[in-house]
Amino acid sequence: MTEDTALRRLALNDLHLALGARLVPFAGYEMPVQYSAGVMQEHLHTRAAAGLFDVSHMGQVILWPKVGMDRLALALEALVPADVAGLKPGRQRYGLFTDMRGGILDDFMVANRETHFLVVVNAACKAADLAHMRAHLSPVAEVIGVTDRALLALQGPLSEAALARLLPDVARMRFLDVTTQVWQGQDIWVSRSGYSGEDGFELSLPETHARAFAEALLAMPEVAPAGLGARDSLRLEAGLCLYGHDIDTTTSPVEAGLGWAIQPVRRAGGARAGGFPGADRILRELADGPSRLRVGLRPEGRAPMREGTALFHGGTRVGTVTSGGFGPSVGAPIAMGYVPRALAGPGTLLQGEVRSRHMPVAVSALPFRTTAYKR
Amino acid sequence: MKYTEDHEWLRVEGDLVVVGITEHAATQLGDVVFVELPEVEAMVARGDEVVVIESVKAASDILAPVDGEIIEVNDALVDTPRLVNDDPLGAGWFFKIRVDDLSVLDDFLDEDEYEEMIA
Repeated sequence: MTEDTALRRLALNDLHLALGARLVPFAGYEMPVQYSAGVMQEHLHTRAAAGLFDVSHMGQVILWPKVGMDRLALALEALVPADVAGLKPGRQRYGLFTDMRGGILDDFMVANRETHFLVVVNAACKAADLAHMRAHLSPVAEVIGVTDRALLALQGPLSEAALARLLPDVARMRFLDVTTQVWQGQDIWVSRSGYSGEDGFELSLPETHARAFAEALLAMPEVAPAGLGARDSLRLEAGLCLYGHDIDTTTSPVEAGLGWAIQPVRRAGGARAGGFPGADRILRELADGPSRLRVGLRPEGRAPMREGTALFHGGTRVGTVTSGGFGPSVGAPIAMGYVPRALAGPGTLLQGEVRSRHMPVAVSALPFRTTAYKR
Repeated sequence: MKYTEDHEWLRVEGDLVVVGITEHAATQLGDVVFVELPEVEAMVARGDEVVVIESVKAASDILAPVDGEIIEVNDALVDTPRLVNDDPLGAGWFFKIRVDDLSVLDDFLDEDEYEEMIA
């Protein structure tokens, strides 16, 4: 992607404008950052009821097996530290593409949809991820970038009640289940997941039917549109990483606190231990601990500490904020950043440099707000 | 009432000028969650960053529109920053500044000119 590439419009652009969206450029797309209600209300509504997000900018990639799902799963494991071969049909999990130095190329969700895998990747990494997968998986998979489907996320405690009016079977799904539902003759790929810390669903459906489906949801009293701004504050409160900010090629999964995305079978002593890029470093950090860690941060005053804020301890620079802002449900500023392991314990008092002044900030456990997935 | 091209409003009150931001600016900023005000008795020059506003999304600076001395600040904004959204032209004012000569206000936009600028 280059700077002068024209911004792409989402299939639902007209709907966003009709809903009073303010559009901003993001990862090559014109994206609704907020609607007329504003970030705060959209965030709080999602926590209380259900927010509808258009995340169609994200990359949807089908991996269609050429020589069986098992061979494909093992080939994918050569790129990813997650247990892919053990992912059952109808289930989804979080994964990372790592590089040879143990950095993170992208984070994604991978679903076993029985006949194939569906991988949902970050918009800004879409082209690189496609090239990466084509370069390594072509002998065992057709790597297909899906270009004719929208992706909607319905997030919040009343998501199930709302969505089940259109797709009754979703009420039986648990967190990280994936199914195909039919609406008006169209296949909708449903996963019970999201990135808000709430129960919810992600819905991939043909662009041709996306507006009608979105409007059917928005007509329900529980559902209100929510933009990228609320998506960002929701995921920050939930302690979830934003690629390109909290994680990138300079951060390892273990430093980022994403060791849970490396299942025991891929760790030392597991049946398929290692075998992914950067495994030496990543397995060593799992055993010995990394030198620095991603932590939650609670500024003690009211001033937010934004991305890039320098962190100090005893006058020495010790780290940097990678995401920061105001948590509408927490009711206070919150942030995440990297600090040396010795300073990563909750309660450790640091200073963040805000407008040339050192302001107190305490290391805090993540997430800032208890998540509410339907296990 | 006068307006700056930076979306501030200026209202004369006795020998002071009250400064806030317009409804248009408040809407554009979004939900204000933090306001940092200048020190009372600070001498400021036109263009100095005197107020910091943080919305959910981002931080913005408010510049001193004129040279002068800060006489009073709106402390209510410290605990209730969203007054800037709820009542930008009233309870959401930022500070009062004393200027040597109120005629400096003649250079700023009047309401029609401001409305034209944001149209």
